Amino acid sequence: MKHTEQELALIRDAVSQMWGLVLSQLEKAKQAYLNNDAELAREVCSREKRVDSFELKIDSDCENYIALFSPVAVDLRLVLSLIKICGTLERIADFADGIARHVITGDCEQPTDTLKEELQIASMFDTVISMLSESFVALESENTRLTGKILAQDATIDAIYRNAIHVLADYIQQDPKRAVCALQTLLVLRKIERMGDHCSNIVEEIVFYIDAKILKHRRNQE
Amino acid sequence: MIEAKNIDFYYGDFHALKNISMRMETNTVTAFIGPSGCGKSTFLRLFNRMNDLIPATRLTGECLIDGQNIYDRSVNVDELRKNVGMVFQKPNPFPKSIFENVAYGLRVNGVRDKKFIREKVEESLIGAALWDEVKDKLKKSAYELSGGQQQRLCIARALAVSPSVLLMDEPASALDPISTSKIEELIHSLKDRYTIVIVTHNMQQAARVSDKTGFFMLGELIEFNDTKKIFLNPDKIETQNYITGRFG
Repeated sequence: MKHTEQELALIRDAVSQMWGLVLSQLEKAKQAYLNNDAELAREVCSREKRVDSFELKIDSDCENYIALFSPVAVDLRLVLSLIKICGTLERIADFADGIARHVITGDCEQPTDTLKEELQIASMFDTVISMLSESFVALESENTRLTGKILAQDATIDAIYRNAIHVLADYIQQDPKRAVCALQTLLVLRKIERMGDHCSNIVEEIVFYIDAKILKHRRNQE
Repeated sequence: MIEAKNIDFYYGDFHALKNISMRMETNTVTAFIGPSGCGKSTFLRLFNRMNDLIPATRLTGECLIDGQNIYDRSVNVDELRKNVGMVFQKPNPFPKSIFENVAYGLRVNGVRDKKFIREKVEESLIGAALWDEVKDKLKKSAYELSGGQQQRLCIARALAVSPSVLLMDEPASALDPISTSKIEELIHSLKDRYTIVIVTHNMQQAARVSDKTGFFMLGELIEFNDTKKIFLNPDKIETQNYITGRFG
């Protein structure tokens, strides 16, 4: 392997490590929220700085790579994609941190199990985790055939979110005193929904890298 | 370690290098860049006293290699050039076989042990990433090799006498992109064992292969820093203008 390829492999390796960390943050934020586990939530918050460090390191490595090695074609697309993916992973980790903080603050009663089930929160979490881990596989295996399936999952998350708005509206109507806590639950759901959008953005970057196709904004028009 | 202290150099009345000081650490690659006539090749050639061969030149200041001023009267220039190998822009193999080209420096230095010479030739050709391509035709003329292979042969010839420093003056400028890439990979792999100084007009090449870069202009060393720093955020506006193509 040429030394320019080795440098690129090192950046990819750092992105893989960051990806693993963000997936772990997301998994722990889910467990912390569903089990109201403040200790686990604190662990998520304390590890957020590591995600930020990864972002700074990868940004700097990519800047150096472009400045020193003047990449073109597939190498240029890869570096540009990795810069954007790494920024997006950091945003996803921010949302996981936000959910964990919601658990730690704990100024609201957690939704009952029945309500959680009706809102399909666990399913929403699982779908985002699946999108994030499958997009990692797509990048590692350089296989864009997986991307259609991943993007379809974002539609599932959006549908659950839209349904949750109605569920929470009914919940508030039944007892308006529960409005603040219900809205806080909605904020958590909104964070998960945004994470799904970010996973879609990651998939778009993977397609740009592998197939040199631009999906951005096109999906919305369709 | 190579060190230049307050170097001034003149071709007759022409002041070619102006008060240059810099330090190049052992086992690093240092690149010199700058427009034509800026003095980078003149500066490179000071380190194996190639400029001694040019009449009416004058040098002040000190050139030190591992603490020894190489312009000291006690220095044997032949010994110096064994320790400080040089590779030129145009490959210049001797009109001899591939084997004899690499063995030449050893024979000139009085080595007679055939087994030692054979081992050294093989080791040098491996070091120059050429062995696999020539191992079955060592007796063929060096002129039968391609330009890129000839340049690697010249590097092998320099390596055979076990130098600690390699000076390269535009070593890939006459080569095609594939040969250039091989030379660059070679430079990268050699830096574990040698201190390498390279002059190049190709800024991307300087960026790709070097740890430190010096930018020369009109005989002055404008900036000398880590290559990453030079190509991402140079301190001097002159450097920025040159590497971004805004110069002139």
